[in-house]
Amino acid sequence: MDEQAALNVVGQNVRRVDARAKVTGEARFAGDLSVAGMLHGKVLRSPLPHARILSIDATQAEALPGVVAVLTGRDLSGRLYGHAIKDRPIVALDRVRFVGEPVAAVAAEDAATADAALALIAVEYDELPAATTLDAALAEDAPLLHKDTPLSAGLFHGLGEMKAQPGNICYHHSIVQGDAASIFEGAPSAPIVVEGEYTFPAIYQYAMEPHTVVAQWEGDGVTVWASCQHPFLVRAELADLFELPVSRVRVVVPYLGGGFGSKSYTKMEPLTVALARKAGRPVRIANSVGEAMVTTRRHNMRCRMRTAATADGQLLAREARLWMDTGAYADNGPRVVATAADAAPGPYRWQALAVDAWGVYTNTPPAGSYRAFGATHLQWIGESQVDEVARRAGIDRLEIRERNLLRPGEQVRPGGKPLDADLVGDVRKIAAHLDWHAPKPPDVGRGLGVGLLAAGAQPVSTALVRLEADGTATLLVSTTEVGQGARTVFSQIVAEELALPIECIRVPGGDTQVTPYDRSTGASRSTTLAGLAVQRAAREVRAQLLAIAADCFGLPPAAIALRDGAVWHEDESRSYPDLFKYHFGMVGGELIGRGEVRPERGKESYAAGPVFWEVCTGGAEIRVDRATGRIQVLKLVSVADVGKAINPHLVEAQEMGAVMQGLGNAIHEEMVFENGQILNPTLLDYHIPTIADLPDSFCSLLVENGDGPGPYGAKGVGEGALAGVPAAIVNALADLGIIVHELPLTPERIWRALQTEGD
Amino acid sequence: MSDMTGTSDPQVLLSGEPSGEPLEERPRLPITLTVNGRPVEAVIEPREMLLDVLRERLGLTGAKRSCDVQVCGACTVLLDGLPVSACCTLAYEARGREVLTIEGLACDGRLHPLQEAFIDCTALQCGFCTSGMILTAKSLLDETPHPNREQIRAALQGNLCRCTGYWNIIEAVEQAAQAEVQGG
Repeated sequence: MDEQAALNVVGQNVRRVDARAKVTGEARFAGDLSVAGMLHGKVLRSPLPHARILSIDATQAEALPGVVAVLTGRDLSGRLYGHAIKDRPIVALDRVRFVGEPVAAVAAEDAATADAALALIAVEYDELPAATTLDAALAEDAPLLHKDTPLSAGLFHGLGEMKAQPGNICYHHSIVQGDAASIFEGAPSAPIVVEGEYTFPAIYQYAMEPHTVVAQWEGDGVTVWASCQHPFLVRAELADLFELPVSRVRVVVPYLGGGFGSKSYTKMEPLTVALARKAGRPVRIANSVGEAMVTTRRHNMRCRMRTAATADGQLLAREARLWMDTGAYADNGPRVVATAADAAPGPYRWQALAVDAWGVYTNTPPAGSYRAFGATHLQWIGESQVDEVARRAGIDRLEIRERNLLRPGEQVRPGGKPLDADLVGDVRKIAAHLDWHAPKPPDVGRGLGVGLLAAGAQPVSTALVRLEADGTATLLVSTTEVGQGARTVFSQIVAEELALPIECIRVPGGDTQVTPYDRSTGASRSTTLAGLAVQRAAREVRAQLLAIAADCFGLPPAAIALRDGAVWHEDESRSYPDLFKYHFGMVGGELIGRGEVRPERGKESYAAGPVFWEVCTGGAEIRVDRATGRIQVLKLVSVADVGKAINPHLVEAQEMGAVMQGLGNAIHEEMVFENGQILNPTLLDYHIPTIADLPDSFCSLLVENGDGPGPYGAKGVGEGALAGVPAAIVNALADLGIIVHELPLTPERIWRALQTEGD
Repeated sequence: MSDMTGTSDPQVLLSGEPSGEPLEERPRLPITLTVNGRPVEAVIEPREMLLDVLRERLGLTGAKRSCDVQVCGACTVLLDGLPVSACCTLAYEARGREVLTIEGLACDGRLHPLQEAFIDCTALQCGFCTSGMILTAKSLLDETPHPNREQIRAALQGNLCRCTGYWNIIEAVEQAAQAEVQGG
């Protein structure tokens, strides 16, 4: 704790280092870049959910002046990609599996010509029976999406051995502890049993910048400027697809206009690279919002859950069976399914657990990552059952949590990391903020929810710090600046460790040819894991400075301190540039520090994880208009259980953003499909929360217990708050006697629930 | 922090004219307009949108393309002082008029009070909505120098932000209004 007391820059509300570039329009995003000779790529997409491709005639399109190349499946080797399961071709080969699947792509001198050319490509389809819903895909005689294709594990499957699954099942994950069935069946020991079937919709992440990629081949290598969160995983998949050494694939990442998981793993990069190769010139493909929606989305889900408890509200057992619709290709589905299974028990002490989670292929657009996946799907369900147990046991909803919540160090699920957070403290903070026990006006309800999200992904990150002879430092790290403020937080860590002003730290963007390996930017891992690598790299430079100063002063390193860009012994100091002159004998040279984070041996598997449990909390106070069913959200609050806030203002800001997305997920957002076709494919029909949806009382409360594995005791936040909001609002509704088992909580759904109230 | 690609790459350029061969046969129109205080002459296709002319021909990439249906506000620029969605405004409509983009807001390197306030209040994260958000807020403050919270919310309802949850944006507009009062 001495270390904490002495912090100067860490823990301060330093202004974002990228803010000036972003308020002046200077910040460049992928769509702002232009490469000499660059063509514009447009994609022809399938109008059918499931069909055989009989023929594609592109001759007219190719003949259009200004068209340079038309890419179809015939140009490709047939190699498949997919980081979890290799199930996806770059463009459809002989079959389309969802409305919106790329069938061909055109590269032309300008976007309008490319668009015009798309209309000239003639595709003949033989429509096949489609399974466009979970029910249809799970039916006994369901059309099978992938049974004629041999699938193999992707490069980053990471979830143990890939087993063959029956029918349209893509992945199965289960958690078993004790004998849940006997508890549910032995009624006298479990007088309270709450059960239900629940539905969660498909949701669009809406990163404001749709996926954008520029690809340029040079010799036998390719450079890709991409709006991607995980440049090294994209590099590996491109190398595998195009049969190149990874060193011949360079992925450069500018600023991202939001990600939220929608730009995790590989998205539009393979198609852009293939089109650029065919055209023999650089190509840019920029998705529209409608195209982004069919590129990735959140899984819709159906879940059956039951919870058993004693008459006085001691939780005993939980069973959950859930089916997640991963669309036509797995994308990150297997990891979403595993994380959802992990979130099903909730953070409670159980005698027995039985969780089965399945990912299911359907003829709909592929589903993958979206902020707090798994936890958002399950927390509102589990927490609503805990509330119902409390009501039946006749105890307060806060009290049931105080009694049953896990304490730090207790097992969360069989195997893996024990609990590393003070959940009871977090929940009490939410309750206090909501004035939990205060009388409520008519039609006002309060709710809260708490949960855990398996966070951190694989703990592999590296960083380099270069301290230069002018006394400034450059940090090389491959975390993507997606808006979360990573460059600012990392600058603070380097400034702290090297006793430099923040203005003296530069953090350029990721570039796989230059910046060192980082597994990914997601799973709330960057401050914790990449941040630890950054701290270790900076500390290596610090140790070098101390050693040189020790030599210079003729003292042991322990007698020397770093302060204000100089080394000090008592009142004697030498600035870093002076020290460089002493060390290198000239004006120049540099000190380089490297930092590495990797898993302990034998702990690489998902089951041994997570790196830490991200806390997902939310509290809400709402008013329901009984005439219309409209919910007015009066108060929203979350707790950011962050271990140590390196920049408190950034933590709060990111949490508030997550809460607002949670509000959208809870009340507004749903991608509506009919026969595999999206009925609301534009922002005219798909409502993103606006400034008008902002509650009057809205805040995020920081909890800093120093219990994280990251630098200075930090751990990740920014996702969990999203999962807390639907749980809090569903429970606030139930507080008013309105029980809803389906999201989003539209006025129509609430109104219908009101009509059956008391039946 | 203006390093666009992480490490500078000489092949990355801002385009002036659309590259490649001329696409003959299409009708063209000459127009003149004022962009950020400077006269601009351009030969456009009648169907071209203001956003494309700004981004692709003039290299002013601060206005962003997102929803393309005039909902999100990321492409907002001021046309004769009023906010418009450049993605849905024909460039032809801007002839003879004044366009202000985010690149024209700072004066001689001095940031506008709104830009300062957005930095101070952490009113941005990814930054994709920021240009449009600031320009819409400018048009509000030009007309209503001391807006209350309801007026701010009403004015910014056409600008989406998926990152911040809006709270800090409201605070930034309030701070800027305050600063403008103090600055005279």
